[in-house]
Amino acid sequence: MNNVQVENISKSYKKAGSSGNTPIDKIKKAKARQKGISLAADEIKALDNVSFQVDSGELFGFIGPDGAGKTSLFRILVSLLVPDEGKASVCGFDVVKDYKKIRNITGYMPGKFSLYQDLTVEENLTFFATIFGTTIQENYHLIKDIYSQIEAFKDRRAGALSGGMKQKLALSCAMIHKPEILFLDEPTTGVDAVSRKEFWEMLHKLKTAGITIIVSTPYMDEASLCDRVALIQGGSILKIGTPSQIIAGFEKPVFAIRSDNTHQLISDLEKYPECESVYPFGQYLHFIPKNVNILIDTLSDTIHESHPEAEVFQVKPDIEDCFINLMKEKK
Amino acid sequence: MNGTEPIIKVRDLVKKFGNFTANDRLSFNVYKGEIFGFLGANGAGKTTAMKILCGLSKPTSGEASVAGYDVYREPNKIKNCIGYMSQKFSLYEDLTVKENIRFFGGIYGMDRKKIKIKSQQLIDKLGLTDAADKLIADLPLGWRQKLAFSVALVHSPEIVFLDEPTSGVDPITRRQFWTLIYEAASQGITIFLTTHYMDEAEYCDRISIMVDGRIAALDTPKKLKEQFEAETMNEVFIRLARTGVNET
Repeated sequence: MNNVQVENISKSYKKAGSSGNTPIDKIKKAKARQKGISLAADEIKALDNVSFQVDSGELFGFIGPDGAGKTSLFRILVSLLVPDEGKASVCGFDVVKDYKKIRNITGYMPGKFSLYQDLTVEENLTFFATIFGTTIQENYHLIKDIYSQIEAFKDRRAGALSGGMKQKLALSCAMIHKPEILFLDEPTTGVDAVSRKEFWEMLHKLKTAGITIIVSTPYMDEASLCDRVALIQGGSILKIGTPSQIIAGFEKPVFAIRSDNTHQLISDLEKYPECESVYPFGQYLHFIPKNVNILIDTLSDTIHESHPEAEVFQVKPDIEDCFINLMKEKK
Repeated sequence: MNGTEPIIKVRDLVKKFGNFTANDRLSFNVYKGEIFGFLGANGAGKTTAMKILCGLSKPTSGEASVAGYDVYREPNKIKNCIGYMSQKFSLYEDLTVKENIRFFGGIYGMDRKKIKIKSQQLIDKLGLTDAADKLIADLPLGWRQKLAFSVALVHSPEIVFLDEPTSGVDPITRRQFWTLIYEAASQGITIFLTTHYMDEAEYCDRISIMVDGRIAALDTPKKLKEQFEAETMNEVFIRLARTGVNET
């Protein structure tokens, strides 16, 4: 069953500063005109003809950098923003016409901490429960695993919580009205590797309870933790699939190479006629050859001429390799 | 690492807020031209220590000097010889590329002539000639980050502090950004940076990992991986920080 259906959604914004009519804006515009710079095209396309579906019970990830359009998309799906073009529905309800229904069945955790900083932990939770006509007691079982970790601090103001605790409170508040589907916008951005791991463990627990979860992240390594992902960049979806499908779609071999002199190795490899691309990848360099049938012996012999100590071996592509490749293809 | 001359010296540095010890007897050196990764879980005390090293906050006890200047007595001298860039605050969005360079050059006390020469160099180097009169708000994020880094270096500082400089940046730009970092380091500029991308930890010359206000480990990525019998820095980090998590 499709839980979320999105067809050809587009959304544009006026560029910052372009609509301004302050004296400074006027001077700037006059100056720009003098210099012959055109100020046309004052719109930015945040989402460009985006289509996808998410099935009921799925953990679906949008993976992409800042400015990819993730937040605009989420805001459209939770009815806080109206698309310029296209159609979208959540659990069968249209995001524009049935916005009141949408708000009852979706839980939304914005990227920016949006709870009331000067209310306590418990007051925030009660507030959200009351708005949705329920109580903490009624749905306590849903949030128990998460909320119990911060319940000891229930009289503390939300503004005084640590980052990890704020995150847990925000997730509890997004779930207290028993939503069918959760939208989590960059819940792990700026969060350290350990807390990120713990947050994903929490999401997997929620998934087993049958809640559909749509999550966005700029961290490529989190793709493998989703059932399916959409790689998104510059307002368009580059690719959709399970992490292993996306990796299988990468048809070129990837070689990991390491030597004592990384910088020299990069510039040497860039000059190598067989080089399609080479870039640092953690402790190794990843090398993509032009010729997909290149033999590892040929490659390593060439490298060993100038870097005798270098390690060369073939690796499975990573989601990040796929993303880099798709970005290059798009350009 | 270019030399063995410490440019940041920290001995038994303690910073307390009331009863809470944010930095607990930190001791380390950072050397000239080194890329030093300052890692730790959220709330481990990284920002507190960085503020002290930037001359913005005074320690409770202990010693620290940056570029030869004492953090207690000479914080303003420190501010003159460092650059700073963070993901959150870097450039003014409603100023143009040129205006931002001029503004930061002025703040760092450069004269007009110098600023003019440096602006042109910078714009040429980053390939921003066509965008020089564009507002920052209209630039793609990746360009902004690269420009922000160059602006942090506009006054030729000895050290540059980078607080999560690549957060949310696409994978290609992230790598281009690191090329700029390497280039600066090879010119003898010391790089002190924080990141949550563990693959970037591998690119540093040395790394310290803070856990609950202390430095739990400090070495080259290679030696840390050997010491913790781990394949990647991610494993090292998770092993260390996991034991120290007292934050719920």
